[in-house]
Amino acid sequence: MNHWAEWLLGRLDWSALPFWDAIVDPTTKNIVNAIIASGAGAMVILGGLIAIGVLTWTRRWRWLWSEWLTSPDHKKIGIMFIVIALVMLARAVIEAVFMRLQQAVGLGGGFLTAEHFGQLFTTHGTIMVFFMAMPFLTGIINYVMPLQIGTRDLSFPVMNSVSLGLTAAGAALVMVSLILAPFSTGGWSGYPSFTESAANPGAGVDYWIWAVTLSTLSSTLTGINFAVTIYKKRAPGMSWFRLPLFTWTALCTAILMIFGMPPLTVATALLALDRYLDFHFFTADLGGNMMNYVNLFWAFGHPEVYILILPAFGIFSEIFSTFSGKKLYGYGALVIATMAIAVLSFTVWLHHFFTMGQSAHINAIFGIATMLIGIPTGVKVYDWMLTMFRGRIRFAVPMIYAVGFIILFAIGGLTGIILAVPSVDYQIHNSLFLVAHFHNMLIPGLLFGMLGGTNFWFPKAFGFRLEERWGRRAALCWIVGFMLAFFPLYALGVLGMPRRSAAFFEPAYLPWTLAAAVGALIILLAMLLLLIQLWVSIRDRDTNRVPAGDPWDGRSLEWSVSAPPPEYNFPVIPEVHSRDAYMRQKENGRGAHPRPDEYTDIVMPANSAMGPIMAATGFLIAFGLTWYEWWLVAAAGIVSLIALVARGYVRQRTRTIPAQTVRREHEAWLERVSRIRPVSRREEQTPANQGLAMSPLEGAIQ
Amino acid sequence: MSHPPVTAQTACRYRAFLAGLLSILLTGCSQTPISFLDPQGPVATAQRHQFGLIIALTSIVVLPVLILTPWIVIRYRYGAQSAYRPRWGFSKLADIAIWGIPFLVVVVLATVAWRSTLALDPYRPIQGDQKTEPLRVQVVGFDWKWLFIYPDQGIATVNELVVPAHRPLALELTSASVMQGFFIPALGSQIDVMNRMVTQLHLEADHTGEFPGKNMQYNGKGFSHQRFVTRVVDEQTFHNFVAHTGEGGMTLDARMFDRLMAQNTGKTLAQSLARADVGSNNDGDGKGRGDDAGRLRFGHLPDDLFNDIVGHVSPDWASIPVASTGKANDASSSQEARP
Ligand code: HEM
Ligand SMILES: [Cu+2]
Ligand SMILES: [Cu+2]
Repeated sequence: MNHWAEWLLGRLDWSALPFWDAIVDPTTKNIVNAIIASGAGAMVILGGLIAIGVLTWTRRWRWLWSEWLTSPDHKKIGIMFIVIALVMLARAVIEAVFMRLQQAVGLGGGFLTAEHFGQLFTTHGTIMVFFMAMPFLTGIINYVMPLQIGTRDLSFPVMNSVSLGLTAAGAALVMVSLILAPFSTGGWSGYPSFTESAANPGAGVDYWIWAVTLSTLSSTLTGINFAVTIYKKRAPGMSWFRLPLFTWTALCTAILMIFGMPPLTVATALLALDRYLDFHFFTADLGGNMMNYVNLFWAFGHPEVYILILPAFGIFSEIFSTFSGKKLYGYGALVIATMAIAVLSFTVWLHHFFTMGQSAHINAIFGIATMLIGIPTGVKVYDWMLTMFRGRIRFAVPMIYAVGFIILFAIGGLTGIILAVPSVDYQIHNSLFLVAHFHNMLIPGLLFGMLGGTNFWFPKAFGFRLEERWGRRAALCWIVGFMLAFFPLYALGVLGMPRRSAAFFEPAYLPWTLAAAVGALIILLAMLLLLIQLWVSIRDRDTNRVPAGDPWDGRSLEWSVSAPPPEYNFPVIPEVHSRDAYMRQKENGRGAHPRPDEYTDIVMPANSAMGPIMAATGFLIAFGLTWYEWWLVAAAGIVSLIALVARGYVRQRTRTIPAQTVRREHEAWLERVSRIRPVSRREEQTPANQGLAMSPLEGAIQ
Repeated sequence: MSHPPVTAQTACRYRAFLAGLLSILLTGCSQTPISFLDPQGPVATAQRHQFGLIIALTSIVVLPVLILTPWIVIRYRYGAQSAYRPRWGFSKLADIAIWGIPFLVVVVLATVAWRSTLALDPYRPIQGDQKTEPLRVQVVGFDWKWLFIYPDQGIATVNELVVPAHRPLALELTSASVMQGFFIPALGSQIDVMNRMVTQLHLEADHTGEFPGKNMQYNGKGFSHQRFVTRVVDEQTFHNFVAHTGEGGMTLDARMFDRLMAQNTGKTLAQSLARADVGSNNDGDGKGRGDDAGRLRFGHLPDDLFNDIVGHVSPDWASIPVASTGKANDASSSQEARP
């Protein structure tokens, strides 16, 4: 009987319950922590039950399956990526608030156990990077890039769905670790030998390994998909130097994903070999060396930060240009700068461990290489300023994020240069100064980019604008909250406070940790305001509809189609004659919506269950490996293998949409657009804006 | 690179004054110097100087962004009726400036970084003012406390690094556990310590006093408690400390070593020792050598302990000199040693 349970459950037992410690050892601290941890676990269960309940109640299961989960449509996959990102963002921000509260009262103790705090910074970091940032940018690129280059889908639509599945599986694994604890305490970087089984034999590190592995596999596939799509599927006339800047950054990001992700997949795989099969890649004895891991990790890690930031750069480029009503300044320089950053990002990984004892010459060289990246980055910032210079700047929500970004990012750049000087880094390495620096890049950079991009493209995807007033409040709270939460950390870092500290003993830290906690609460408020913005927007959607699809007087091709776009994106593949293709079209006589001469049948990829199957089996394999449930690993592995082979026999891989259908839909839309009054930019944020921009010839921008 | 770091602080009184002001602002009224903004040694002093210099240089590129962006945004806002050039997208002059100026700044920064990095190389011995031999200390990071071995003095301490002022320190470091980061902010650089590996660090203290030291690399539950105090004392006090510890310190034998290897903080270790009354060294305060900060002192230890820890070989316990059960007056000596 017992034997059976062991076979079935592996090493999973009662102690995995989040409140177990409090039962075994009911100290006040353990009880407080158990309440927090169980609350989090209960939220996951509750969230799941509500989702299931709503789907059942509204009889949406079939709809969910055929319209979303099995859809190969890049737009839907993009949206699902973003949904994952937002859910995970909510969790990670709440965790961050707990950490900030802990440090606010952390003089000599705090209310969280050290173990719990360790799990918090590990899950927070891991989630933010792998399950918030990556899905968010992947989602936005997924949605926007094919529309920008004038194609109907990615090169490998089903693989796209598999990528989504793998990311979803990883995110689910991290969520399940709230119910069947613990997660790793090894930080998002998971350095051995702390993460080897000698120091950490439990399931936590294994959760982390498999969640990250699923994510990196997903991103590698995504990178290949994006790169091939941009190489092969551009519309006729869309030559390299006519690509919108966002697509350029998407390409650079994709290339970085292809070369940057595998080192981490390899590193976690080797670590898994150490832990499961007693290898000694990174152990202290028998020839292992953890420094190899550190190098592999940052061979991924540094390109990763550019994977995170480049798409945001692209988004900001579009936003600055669109909301300044002006051509992007220095397009060529921006492209070169982006490429330069992408290439240089592989040459600086060592700056993450200047203190590991290598020679001063090596440190100096890598420090200087790091500073070199500052040049193209600085150029970009000035290019954006010059884009606004002599423009007509409208403060729509995306622009507020963008202006906040440019100023805060400059400060982050300054602190990045400080960290790049090895002799100074010897003082602030691994301190909160570092934490402040990378949040300074990631929140104004990445996150503002994603939120700005969401406000920018939301009307395209859903057919109505996001509400502006709540949006503006949310953006301002993000900016203020960020400054209050992270500028104090610079001071704390300079005062020598180590990162990952569950407690501290210098009273001088206290005012700063308190201020940072207030900042974190304002960020929490900003999250709430985002939710309100979404709610209000959906409630008032009928007044904010933009069926004509061009609410911001856009410049690139995605604005030329209806909002939301038809599943085939373009009834007829457009022909491109210049940069800013759609703006040029509006300026020329042909008009915003020329009537095509003829329509042809459109062949689209058919639905496929590969994505959900890979998600389910990927999750089960990872879960089984984590808890040593080998039967589960074998069973799920076999199913996924069978699915892979079976996919090879599927005959019905495409679906044809007849030309008449396309014609009917398109003409109906044109008909509808012809009744819409074009608006000038003055009315941009009013219900009068139905997505038809007044022609520049008629003074669209006063 | 021929400049020893001590010369790096030349002729910038003014900036030093500003930095001092900043440090007072930052540290508030804290007594002990906890940061390189209140430097207590040549390395930290040089680092503070470089910190200011890098900020000043980089500001050449960063400040215009902070100033001009608000100006542009206000001046060219929609409705302001300022100049509008929607098709303007390139200017040779502007491009030369925005590539050229950052480039020049980076060239200067790179020079500064190159020189300062070579000058402050943790592996580079510090030439002290006097022609004194550096004090050698071997540091072992345990979970979650620090062991300091004085190979030339034949003594060792836990969580308390006692060193004389104005004498260069040559540290060799390793970890008996996972990776950790050894750091005394007020004195200078941090360096990682790793199992089976030896890293080096050179520091010097200019002033007597007590400066906190810590671990910067997370290594589990006790991480935040892995702290030690650096007591910089004058030469005479240091001699007393060595003598008293040599006579009255505990014995670091195999059993004690096991206790060090176990996962505990210095404090819990000291408490457990007091409870078990280990070490033949009740010196009257009833606590053994341990106190609340988890400080321990050893007068007798095996030869070559450090290298044995590095090499994962069992220390030569037989080499421990027979303890001269002199109870000594260690407690009082540590009293007078405090400034
Ligand atoms: C939204 C507001 C955010 C807050 C309040 C916040 C707060 C924190 C805090 C308190 C820590 C622990 C610091 C320490 O080590 O002592 C942390 C770590 C970290 N955060 Fe955030 N964070 C936020 C957003 C983000 C974002 C957007 C990202 C990335 C996209 C991110 C990535 C990380 C990473 C990678 C770590 C390091 C985890 C580790 O030490 O292993 N955070 N954050
Ligand atoms: Cu990096
Ligand atoms: Cu090493």
